[in-house]
Amino acid sequence: MSALGVKRKVAVVGAGITLFRRRLKETGRELSFYAAKMALDTAGITLADVDAVVCGTAPDAFDGVHMKGEYLLDGMGGHKKPFVRVYVGGGTGVFTPIAAWWHVASGHFDIVLAVAEEKMSSCFPHPQKAFTTIFDPMLTRPLGANLVWIFALEMQRYMHVHGVKKEQIATIAVKNKRNAVDHPCAQLADPKITVQDVLNSEVMVWPVQRLDISPPSDGAAAIVLAAEHVAKRLTNDPVWIEGVGWCLDSTYWTNRDLYYPKYVEYAARMAYKMAGIKNPPKEIDVAEPYDPFDYKEAHHAEGLMLVRKGEYLKDVKDENDIFAKYGRDGDLPICPSGGLLGVGNPIAAAGMMKICEIFWQLRKEAGKRQVKNDPRTGVAQAWGDLMQVGTVVVMRA
Amino acid sequence: MSARIKEYRGTYVSRKDLEEGRVPAVRDKPEARYAWAAGVAMGRFLAELKEGRIIGRRCRRCGRVLVPPRMFCEWCFRPTDEWVYVRDTGTVLTYSISHLGPAAERIEEPIPIAVIQLDGASPGVGMLHKLGEVKFEEIRIGMRVKAVWKPPEEREGAITDILYFRPLKEGEGQEGGE
Amino acid sequence: MSTERVRLPHEIRHWYGDMEADYTYTLGIAGERFFAGLKEGHILGAKCPRCGAIWVPPSIYCPECFEELTEWVELPDEGTVYTFTVTHLGPDGKPLEKPEVYAFILLDGATGGLLHKLGEVRPEEVYIGMRVKAVWAPPEERKGAITDIRYFRPVE
Repeated sequence: MSALGVKRKVAVVGAGITLFRRRLKETGRELSFYAAKMALDTAGITLADVDAVVCGTAPDAFDGVHMKGEYLLDGMGGHKKPFVRVYVGGGTGVFTPIAAWWHVASGHFDIVLAVAEEKMSSCFPHPQKAFTTIFDPMLTRPLGANLVWIFALEMQRYMHVHGVKKEQIATIAVKNKRNAVDHPCAQLADPKITVQDVLNSEVMVWPVQRLDISPPSDGAAAIVLAAEHVAKRLTNDPVWIEGVGWCLDSTYWTNRDLYYPKYVEYAARMAYKMAGIKNPPKEIDVAEPYDPFDYKEAHHAEGLMLVRKGEYLKDVKDENDIFAKYGRDGDLPICPSGGLLGVGNPIAAAGMMKICEIFWQLRKEAGKRQVKNDPRTGVAQAWGDLMQVGTVVVMRA
Repeated sequence: MSARIKEYRGTYVSRKDLEEGRVPAVRDKPEARYAWAAGVAMGRFLAELKEGRIIGRRCRRCGRVLVPPRMFCEWCFRPTDEWVYVRDTGTVLTYSISHLGPAAERIEEPIPIAVIQLDGASPGVGMLHKLGEVKFEEIRIGMRVKAVWKPPEEREGAITDILYFRPLKEGEGQEGGE
Repeated sequence: MSTERVRLPHEIRHWYGDMEADYTYTLGIAGERFFAGLKEGHILGAKCPRCGAIWVPPSIYCPECFEELTEWVELPDEGTVYTFTVTHLGPDGKPLEKPEVYAFILLDGATGGLLHKLGEVRPEEVYIGMRVKAVWAPPEERKGAITDIRYFRPVE
């Protein structure tokens, strides 16, 4: 029974995922089907057993289909079922399981399928063009703003306030792209990448360089959630959702000090309180913070209170240091999946990929990616919109 | 992943495959044209820009002077109380230089950009704009800058009525913000 | 909160802009097969091994059973008008010279059908339940698009 008096315990009992690639032939519905079917198969159930479907997918503008949730519906198994789409920009992938959790914890449904999909390749010349419509049409678009501007400005603040250098931040890209070699769906795995490669890559918007950023991708991922009495029947290894949290800040991002994501901290506090976690660095065994850019992993790990503000890269000088601290065999494994930097970034599906990763890690099914510290508690986090949303899920085996 | 799972699905296609017609596809360019209501606050803000002035709104409860102005304070969730002019000088809070245009295309002349806290706005309340007349290596957080305006006859009531912000020269403008 | 009167005569009321959008939609696994079939002059459906439904337009999964569909079936290009409409306006909202008839045609044997134009018939003659058959564009003009069928016309 959780701290907030929630009636029913909810577990993840199955997960599915497609390849993540820059461009896939399948339509968004077909990708959703692959992921959803795999989740149902691994849970040992059929669509007939599913009571409700929750869909997570980010801007309609990427896939180029209005009312995208409704369009994807039948590929997600939503045909003639209670179906709802949720959307908080990049935070969607972790918000989808949160919304699915509401469905089950409330007592309303016993088995819920949560599917996240993104098909960014339909948008020409580049999905970043669709992103620019997030900017204020009067204040920002006339300046010729590009999506990467906001990341660069945020990265600059983080580096300035904490005195962190690019060489230190680049080690995160190295860690994740190397970790991704062991992820079967990875788009950008690279066993040989070095800090120098990152520092030599093309400058996009200083200080952001090409290898600091995750790519746009097509892909889908899905999980099955079940109420306690059902979960125990279906599997010997349910992974319990012990804490959920979400928080948003305003779109007035120029009125905020960007060096620290307070809204991620508030979301984390909500989730940790529910899960009864009082000392995150000690009680969390493995974490998947959202890493669309390398500095973001540090930014978010601090927001998740896994380390003190500014200290994520404190003792990290090179590749060896980062693996020692945050590699799979490290003190606190972070992004053992390879993250968005290595596996890919189909916006909503990327956050769900992290949820799947924690699920597999806690079940000891992550194969070569398995962290060795016998993980019992894991946290996945996503982030997005105009630097505004933090979504956090804590899971326990 | 589970050793039980044999195959992860998805069929990769390259951009060339698509452009050269090896992968059948349908093209569409939906048109979307807008006339966004500027709103009370932005309507006044843009009109003041045309006059060469920058205006904000003050919330008396939290005391913040907000730029861009809004008719309600999102912290206090109450209407803001009065219009306040702010100066066109300010301090750089963060900055960058962009080699990319809106569609991720490389642009010839990289654009220096910054979030600038204008003198008169509350601490941390910044505005995004371009920088100019400055070498990238010289930009610093904390640098003092001043707006360079379009000549009055060219102004339209837009954020681009300010061309960019340039570093304050010796002896120009007062020190610091609020 | 009272909204203030417009004080400055040139106060900005609206900000104009376009949102540019340019999309290339891949047809997908099922779509490629379906449109390739149209180019060959066939209407293809996908059959569900569990419930037996034949879905048109086809997909790689049965929306009801969620089984993966791998059996492709050629359907007759004949069917019944399930519902129809007579339009006097074009897609741009301008009046048409002659009204056009569009119908949803339930294809024989399929769970589903096609939305298409009706031709060689006067609007007053169309009724629900009317039997119709596809009129195809000549092979050399077909592109693998829905317009490879020109329209459906009534059959006795």
